[in-house]
Amino acid sequence: MSDYILEMRNIVKEFPGVRALDNVNFRVQRGEIHCLVGENGAGKSTLMKVLSGVYPHGTYEGDIVYNGEVMNFKSIADSEAKEIAIIYQELALIPELSLYENIYYGHEIVKGHKIDWNETIVRAKEMLDKVRLNADPSMKVKELGVGNQQLVEIAKALSKNVKLLILDEPTAALNEDDSQNLLQLIRELKESGVTCIMISHKLREITAIADTITVLRDGATICSIDCHEYEVTEAEIIKHMVGREMDNIYPPRAEHEFGDIAFELKDWTVVDPAKDGREILHHVNINVRKGEIVGLQGLMGAGRTELALSVFGNTAGYKITSGEMYMDGKQVHFKSARSAIDGGLAYVSEDRKGNGLILIQDIKYNITIANLQALMSGTSVNKNEEIMQANYYKDSINIKAPSVEQLVGNLSGGNQQKVQVAKWMFVKPNVLILDEPTRGIDVGAKFEIYTLMNRLVEEGMSIIMISSELPEVLGMSDRLYVMSEGTITGELTAEEATEERVMAMAIKGGAQDE
Amino acid sequence: MNEQKNMSLGQELVTLLKTNIRDYMMYIALVVIMAFFSWRTNGGFISARNISNLINQAGYVAILAIGMTIILIIKHIDLSVGYVAGFCGAVAAILMTQHGVNEWLTILIVLILGALIGLYQGTLVTRVGVPAFVATLAGQFMFRGLLSLSLESTGTIIVPNKGFNALSNGFIPDLPFGTDLHMLTLIIGVVLVVAMIYSQLKERRNKQKYNFQVSSNAVFIIKMVAFAAIIMIIMYTLADYSGIPWTAVIVGVVLFAYNYVLNQTRLGRYVYGIGGNDQAAELSGINVKRVTLYAFISVSTLAALAGVLFTSRLQSATPQAGLGFELDAIASSYIGGVAVSGGIGRVTNTIIGSLVIMSLTNGMNLMGVGISYQYIVKGIIFIIAVAFDIRTRKSVR
Repeated sequence: MSDYILEMRNIVKEFPGVRALDNVNFRVQRGEIHCLVGENGAGKSTLMKVLSGVYPHGTYEGDIVYNGEVMNFKSIADSEAKEIAIIYQELALIPELSLYENIYYGHEIVKGHKIDWNETIVRAKEMLDKVRLNADPSMKVKELGVGNQQLVEIAKALSKNVKLLILDEPTAALNEDDSQNLLQLIRELKESGVTCIMISHKLREITAIADTITVLRDGATICSIDCHEYEVTEAEIIKHMVGREMDNIYPPRAEHEFGDIAFELKDWTVVDPAKDGREILHHVNINVRKGEIVGLQGLMGAGRTELALSVFGNTAGYKITSGEMYMDGKQVHFKSARSAIDGGLAYVSEDRKGNGLILIQDIKYNITIANLQALMSGTSVNKNEEIMQANYYKDSINIKAPSVEQLVGNLSGGNQQKVQVAKWMFVKPNVLILDEPTRGIDVGAKFEIYTLMNRLVEEGMSIIMISSELPEVLGMSDRLYVMSEGTITGELTAEEATEERVMAMAIKGGAQDE
Repeated sequence: MNEQKNMSLGQELVTLLKTNIRDYMMYIALVVIMAFFSWRTNGGFISARNISNLINQAGYVAILAIGMTIILIIKHIDLSVGYVAGFCGAVAAILMTQHGVNEWLTILIVLILGALIGLYQGTLVTRVGVPAFVATLAGQFMFRGLLSLSLESTGTIIVPNKGFNALSNGFIPDLPFGTDLHMLTLIIGVVLVVAMIYSQLKERRNKQKYNFQVSSNAVFIIKMVAFAAIIMIIMYTLADYSGIPWTAVIVGVVLFAYNYVLNQTRLGRYVYGIGGNDQAAELSGINVKRVTLYAFISVSTLAALAGVLFTSRLQSATPQAGLGFELDAIASSYIGGVAVSGGIGRVTNTIIGSLVIMSLTNGMNLMGVGISYQYIVKGIIFIIAVAFDIRTRKSVR
């Protein structure tokens, strides 16, 4: 009765020292939306790379059966020839090229030996219509937001006449609206006969959209759930993912009094010379008390990261046209990241691979790099002390790795994030800015990060948490600010905040502009 | 960690070999190249006289390569080092012959000149934002012009200063009660061995104090004996001729200093961090521009020193000095294992790389191989080394 478009049988994939996939069985029915979930490091991405030919046939054991035939993909080109397309979390578009060039990049429409640009533009427009992106095909990709870039990626896949579409965390970088749009689009694709495999950590989306959910844990298939049989709850999925019940996604915080204001911005206005001198932050006023977690919520492009960067030593080279910054009541001027760090401020980047961590270096290097002065004996760095300190943090916040000599690039996303946090814990700042601290990490690791945040504020640190995930901001913040188009559009206490109120504030500024 | 404790000696050696395969391959390559030339030249290559000669010839390349290594680690390049060396060498000759400045003050002035050139190019790169490739290519033009301009009226300048010329032709003095062998060289060899064993023991003790895993006693002893043997064989070979060349002393001091800075100090950490991910380094509080500027000042200062050594070697300043030096320096760094994508590299290995390059030059010269073939052979060895490096280095996600 079931018609399987894809069956992956007994897949085993080993890396030196690790068995990433251990006899995984994975079956996808034709025309369904199949969600693949699991903690980071569970093997989801590895499985998809086996499927798409990134790990060529021969480097793994087991069979891939597609449309009833055993496939031996040697490369991505092979899987694409069979109308399988994969869209990675990190988008693979070329920013400086136009939408139509990107959509047909690699499979250009040719007439004789020449590319037929007119035909390309016409067909690109059709593809853009299919994904309901109302944009001029000749505009450059870099002019689009992340959400729309994601749509262009899908348009590109559709242009290849894709039958099996794999989406690796498509909504990880998207705000609520864009995410809903994208999910709706995936449903429409399903109607038109495209089978989708979606990897995601956002359980609410999964329960809303999935026909079948397969859970991987530690490189093995735990279960496949048919969502039409009964109502699947988030709690059930979490249980399968972590192998235990998780009663509370947000760990309780011990009651504690907030202290004096530790950090304050007054009338903070910033201009970005790289964007034709546009004002990106307008008269921002915020403050954080000692021991408080303050959320900074807003849609993508609201200026939250820009705010953090302008405060943290202004390394992006913005022009601060007005405003004052206070730490513990004293006015400060941070001219570099170093002076901000010395002044007691720390910033955990949203982009851990891009500008947060040094992937080719090991854990101990990354943990200690921002505070080497604590390890100096004479003119040299005390390497033994370095290992001691790194081990302390590794154990203390449970970074899963064989040793602190492990390269950070070989860790899972959640563990990389913990290394980032450990790096700043070692600096011992008074105020910590966490930018999207749980982006792209799994439920278990999220819980650990939240627990860590609680521990830090109980020790007297102040935290500003920037996040696009509404439930997280609501669950963790003592108080929150909502931002839109570079303006603080509202301030709410934990009691006052509801999803509806926050969303209303988050889109408020956006309507007036442009 | 505990598994390692139960390993047999054989297993431990295999593990050691596997994890350091890249480094060992380079040593093996050097030994193979040296053995090959010794065989083809009936032992002429490996003779005490030729080894001393080789060191004197390789000195300026090694110095340039040390500076270049840092530049390459932070993902820049310096194409101007050759003519900076040539120009600085010419300035040294002019100061000594036409202005009567003594050689030591001359060297100081020339090193400062080098630092200023580095300051200029580093400023272009860090403050103005000109890519290093372009800034130093322009530098190559300019310093080539300045070199020929400064020698235009005189042509090649012969340097008569004995002290200056001894830098790349002379040897350290022997003790007064000289025998056939150069005693001081042997004594220095013994001192080096003792110092090495002492520092290694100290490091090992220190690690044990922290309860860290150390290699087994057997492996440690094997390593110490092997290193001691290598040092003593080299020292004995040198003592058999005229002792340690001054060039070796200069290269040794520079190498020791740079190795210390890169491995032990904060500045060294910052260099690797910038090479690994400059944005992450910036957000970690590292002043990327300043460190980059230091690297450019350092590479040009070392280029000036290389110019001094080269001029001293030829005992004259010529308009041809500097041609293609940067190529040897870059090749030495890459053969020595600097990652093409930056962030990884060691100056100690760069020295091995420059020995490979200079052994090829010296060996092929002894064999009478034509210069055209020499370039082709060097190119092939270079590309094999880099290709091997890329294949063995595990890609990081």
